[in-house]
Amino acid sequence: MSDAVEVKTLIIDERPVSARRGQTILEVAREYGIHIPTLCHLDGLSDVGACRLCLVEIKGSSKLVPACVATVSEGMEVSTNTERLLKIRRTILELLFAERNHICSVCVASGHCELQSLAQELGLTHIRLPYRNPQLPVDASHERFTADHNRCILCTRCVRVCAEVEGAHVWDVMGRGIDCLIISDLHEDWGASTSCTSCGKCVEVCPTGALFNKSKIGSGHPKDPYFLPFLNQMRDAR
Amino acid sequence: MSKLKLATVWLDGCSGCHMSFLDMDERLLELAELVDVVYSPLVDAKEFPAGVDIALVEGAVSSADDEKKIRKVRAHSKMLVAMGDCAVTGNVPSMRNPIGPEAILNRAYMENASAQQQIPCVVVPKLLKVVRPVHELVTVDVFLPGCPPSAATFHTVLMALVNGEPLDIPALTRFGA
Ligand code: SF4
Ligand code: FES
Repeated sequence: MSDAVEVKTLIIDERPVSARRGQTILEVAREYGIHIPTLCHLDGLSDVGACRLCLVEIKGSSKLVPACVATVSEGMEVSTNTERLLKIRRTILELLFAERNHICSVCVASGHCELQSLAQELGLTHIRLPYRNPQLPVDASHERFTADHNRCILCTRCVRVCAEVEGAHVWDVMGRGIDCLIISDLHEDWGASTSCTSCGKCVEVCPTGALFNKSKIGSGHPKDPYFLPFLNQMRDAR
Repeated sequence: MSKLKLATVWLDGCSGCHMSFLDMDERLLELAELVDVVYSPLVDAKEFPAGVDIALVEGAVSSADDEKKIRKVRAHSKMLVAMGDCAVTGNVPSMRNPIGPEAILNRAYMENASAQQQIPCVVVPKLLKVVRPVHELVTVDVFLPGCPPSAATFHTVLMALVNGEPLDIPALTRFGA
């Protein structure tokens, strides 16, 4: 096979677009300025298709596919913005809000939270599902950072950035379904972790107030995950 | 045109939404041309009257008394607005839900009290097991998130409701705003 880039032609939201073989629908949509909401996807990390916010419709198939992991194919017809998809995306956000304790008004990340701003973007004004009100731990044992599981949406960005970029793999996921919990090392206090380098990458990529820097409490807590693609580029160049 | 009857209700909230409502300042005069405030912590009426056109409800439903009030408000009002995050989501009052009312009463009146340790049981209403947003008990017509919604949000929303104009609430405010 030659190294020539194989070009695929497809349609996204009635627009003809061209893509390279192996590209995801999300990548191509973004190149063409077509907005698909995402939560677990982050430029610079591998994709896991965990949050399902990026679901899109493919003509001829009743199955919805996550745009962040589904790759393009020739002649594909993709819709990113139908009533059905909007309804599903709203319900996904409502499930996230109802599942744990997201009290935006007192959250360190309020104003800088991807869950909060997506709720606004998708027009959520209330949660139709009953809140579960679970009792969840807050791990403040690390000298600089806190993990507040009340705000975690289990996107696993922290797990991936720590394993893939920092190379420490402090974080992982324990339990199943509703009992899932992000844990440091073997479910030990973050502050007692011998593998954590205290680099803070997990804090910067966390879309909510689940991981935060203690020095930013009360000051608004903007997150800065935008260094990731550059870091990856520098590594590739070496 | 006769004026619309406006009521405001204070359940389990910090009164911040009412403060923000008052922050409309001189715009309150404009509003007073259009509505009569027939019931509110800000006016004298003791009983929630019948035939209210718009009821603004601040606060979550946390006690037996809140529950009684909200059912009456609903029965007596054409339009019920959940005003602010406590009414819309449960917000700060609902932070006791994971541990329950006994734990919170113990902390406040026993552990932290240096004298007269006792849990109040007369006059004050009984706390419900779970703090809930208003719409989990009664039908809500308009949701106005924000902690509190800004005076500008109040003004835009009330003018639209009074004049029967369309409203795009997510463009104005959000949870925690
Ligand atoms: S702690 Fe943050 S980054 Fe990690 S899974 Fe939870 S929400 Fe995602
Ligand atoms: S962004 Fe695609 S599944 Fe989360």
